[in-house]
Amino acid sequence: MSFDPARLRAEFPILARTVHGQSLHYLDNGATAQMPRAVLERIVRHESESRANVLRGVHALAEAATEAFEAARATLARYIGAGNADEVVFTNGTTSAINLVAHGFGNNLAAGDEVVVSALEHHSNIVPWQMLRDRRGVVLKVLPVTAEGRIDMTALERVIGPRCRLVAITHCSNVTGAITDVGRIAAAARAVGAALLLDGAQVVPHGPVDVAALGADFYAFSGHKMYGPNGIGVLWGRRERLAAMAPLLGGGEMIRSVSFAETTYADAPHRFEAGTPPIAQAVGMAAAAEWILAQDREGWAAHERRLTGRILDGLALRDGVRVIGPLGLQGRAPVVSFAVAGAHPHDICEVLDQSHGVALRGGHHCAQPLMELLGVSGTTRASLGPYNDDGDVDALLRGLDHALQLLRR
Amino acid sequence: MTEIYHAALMALAKSAHGHGRLAVRDATATLDNPLCGDRVTIDVAIAGGRVDRVTQEVKGCALCQASASAIGAAAPGQEIEGLRVVAAALRAFLQTRAPLPEAAWSALAAFAPVAERKSRHDCVLLPFDALLRAIDAALARAAGA
Ligand SMILES: Cc1ncc(COP(=O)(O)O)c(C=O)c1O
Repeated sequence: MSFDPARLRAEFPILARTVHGQSLHYLDNGATAQMPRAVLERIVRHESESRANVLRGVHALAEAATEAFEAARATLARYIGAGNADEVVFTNGTTSAINLVAHGFGNNLAAGDEVVVSALEHHSNIVPWQMLRDRRGVVLKVLPVTAEGRIDMTALERVIGPRCRLVAITHCSNVTGAITDVGRIAAAARAVGAALLLDGAQVVPHGPVDVAALGADFYAFSGHKMYGPNGIGVLWGRRERLAAMAPLLGGGEMIRSVSFAETTYADAPHRFEAGTPPIAQAVGMAAAAEWILAQDREGWAAHERRLTGRILDGLALRDGVRVIGPLGLQGRAPVVSFAVAGAHPHDICEVLDQSHGVALRGGHHCAQPLMELLGVSGTTRASLGPYNDDGDVDALLRGLDHALQLLRR
Repeated sequence: MTEIYHAALMALAKSAHGHGRLAVRDATATLDNPLCGDRVTIDVAIAGGRVDRVTQEVKGCALCQASASAIGAAAPGQEIEGLRVVAAALRAFLQTRAPLPEAAWSALAAFAPVAERKSRHDCVLLPFDALLRAIDAALARAAGA
């Protein structure tokens, strides 16, 4: 099957709508990607035909719902190369996945043990570790970034020391688009016996990954960024890692037996899934993974790369516009951040939305430490999906010229 | 379409009235807008129920800059109670299009198109919130002294 962005675009009902009387140019996929009809229909079908609670009923609907839920788990396990579906824990998203590790893994740490993050991290991979630090006296260390917005590999040995118990880093920056060279970091973590957590929120939307090959111990990602629903995400953890973790939430569906004297917990993954989970969302997330797998992903990647190149070239031609992140196409996701001298990201986003129907993200992107480091208060970000086309890039660049004219006068 | 950024608003933002810091001040307030990371710092010196001097520093969008600039231009010399009324009136102006107060603050009319954009109201209101916070801190300090 060859890659045809026009055909693909037609699969996304929302892209047909207008905003402020203009066609929608949706370039905020890094925040939330849109859902194709296949995913929308799968969710509706599940809710129409198999809606019931899971893991607790024996009637036909309960069985169907449980089967769909566990099949979704298996699909997502395959999507990330997990050896076993029991290693896939459903969460509300990347944030709750990381918090689960900060609690379950973190509470086994002692004062003085070290957790290493990078300066590129989203707040969701910073704040849970700060909370752990405050709770347990764990030391939080930070890998610096290069001027290009990549993790500075020359600092690995200095920062990842013998007291390091966990390296928790992003697999791809949601600000700079830089894809992390995980191999070197995994080796540095392994050398000191530390576990490795990867925040894969910005990677899985672009195709499947192989957690085993990456050398990770934990992998976190969200449904809503990979063309699936929100309110659902995954924490993958190596079986022995999950087995050593205490649950964060207590309640139904996570127990083996409960008495007032003592409660014993179920094994992973259900130990970490107290209460009724987001069932249709899990089914939808798996449908999104299947939808991605069914695409011509080489064509998809080449298409996104070409459009990313057009955006980078277009920005380079404009005075006072600085790309925040790698200037080339190697080792980067189709996520482009830029700063504009004399114009604030929110003003730029407002003008592009109102005048050209272009949806961008502006601000600190939940990465305030990185903004501070890069010396900007915020950036404007365009992030692509496979349904974006040359018309979207044209609208972005035309709209940017309009914004510059308006805001710099 | 993009009438938020009309010439008068951009001029107000660019003129940055009262930009800087007060070397001698009674209080400072710094407020952040967690949504966009904008930051406003307001210094005040008060005297006899009035704001004597005000300065503002903004790291933020044009709306926030324009609002702080309006404060820098019009707040010095104003009665504190009057400033509270102005801040409340600006909020009502954005939320319900209630009329703006007295002539000294006519520049605030530049924010009329922002009423439509609820997500941007805080950009305009942040400097006023910081101003009131700085005033309250100055009053508390005066009462304690
Ligand atoms: C790199 C990265 N990590 C974590 C998150 C948080 O994801 P969620 O809000 O779905 O929990 C995001 C989303 O903004 C992200 O881009």
